[in-house]
Amino acid sequence: MCLAIPGKIIKISQDQGTVDLGGISQEVSLTFIPQVTLGDWVLIHTGFAINIISESDALQTIELLQAVYAK
Amino acid sequence: MLNNSFQDPGLSHKILNQISEYKKELRIMEVCGSHTMAIGKWALRKLLPPNIQLISGPGCPVCVTPVSYIDALISLKSLTITVFGDLLRLPGSLTTLETARAQGLDVRLVFSPLDALKIAQKQETVFAGIGFETTTPGIAHTIRLAQENNITNFSVLPAFKLIPPALKYLLLADDVEIDAFLLPGHVSAIIGSNAYSFLPAQFDTSGVISGFEPLDILLAIKMIIDILESGKNAIENEYQRVVSPSGNLQAQNIMNQVLYPRDACWRGLGIIPASGLAIKPEFSRFDATQKYDLDISYYEPPSPCRCADILKGKILPPQCPLFADSCSPAHPIGPCMVSSEGSCAAYYKYER
Ligand code: SF4
Repeated sequence: MCLAIPGKIIKISQDQGTVDLGGISQEVSLTFIPQVTLGDWVLIHTGFAINIISESDALQTIELLQAVYAK
Repeated sequence: MLNNSFQDPGLSHKILNQISEYKKELRIMEVCGSHTMAIGKWALRKLLPPNIQLISGPGCPVCVTPVSYIDALISLKSLTITVFGDLLRLPGSLTTLETARAQGLDVRLVFSPLDALKIAQKQETVFAGIGFETTTPGIAHTIRLAQENNITNFSVLPAFKLIPPALKYLLLADDVEIDAFLLPGHVSAIIGSNAYSFLPAQFDTSGVISGFEPLDILLAIKMIIDILESGKNAIENEYQRVVSPSGNLQAQNIMNQVLYPRDACWRGLGIIPASGLAIKPEFSRFDATQKYDLDISYYEPPSPCRCADILKGKILPPQCPLFADSCSPAHPIGPCMVSSEGSCAAYYKYER
């Protein structure tokens, strides 16, 4: 039930936003991520963006995986 | 999107090879139902060496919702009941919300608590407030919105559950054997990795927070092995792209404003101290237990279902004599078969 799906922020108006879910757009509450900016990837759960997905951290994890892989 | 990078089969095999070098017995509990589903979907249990066991814990909020909670919702005959879909088929002591709906109870599925608030602008509405820390902030926010906009037709029947007290309970139970936890990604997005520091400090137990792609889970298992081999217990975070040490402070603030900790009953496990959240007195007019004088005290009717042992990691679903026999997703007998994220449902779908 804690499933959350990623979407890209394409519109912000105060604490409401619109996300693009691979072609489908959906309204989402941004109340928990006031620091959000256009183009951010966010995780959406029951109509709320619960966090911003950090691209740099994702890349770091992939690098870590590559390091394991290279061993 | 980035998540695709976490599905690379070549990398999975390399990590699996490294995991296979570990020869000791290792019992890892995956706490979260979404992990149980991902593990089933990618057949990870079969790919892992037999000395490494993944045990499914109590990580599905529907599965641990008590019988009395469903009975209380069904007793609300003359108003609109709004629920997340999974709750529909959870058995109460006599029947389910789905059956009650067929008999005329006004039960509506909603995607978000905000949808329930919209319905409440027209008619008296109760929202079934079930969920872990991932879901609870949104419901708390909705209660605050109802207060701000004076939507008096709205109330919430709380059955919020907290993950850290449940982990504590499992570690204190003498019939549960767990070497390490695979910790939930989206609960942790809210509460942060620091919320688990009690595990190494008080229980000499380690855990790794993991994402939901196959590589996330395999890497997290590898990280657990590395921690155990280092001889020093720790909490580590594989899911850094989403989870920070302190979590989402806005979401935590809203929960703290509207709710406070109290003991809660978990179906199959019993009462766990301070493992739930109740609605604060300032918001009591939105508390359905008070508004309708509902009793959601704990009772467990006798049942052959072995969910209690499954939630504690003592047996696996196929070891229940009813599994895939009289109990199936079409005719669930226990809560672990009802929710698509319940252990029995996940095993039924992927591991038969
Ligand atoms: S298979 Fe059905 S009866 Fe057996 S433990 Fe699972 S839910 Fe309960």
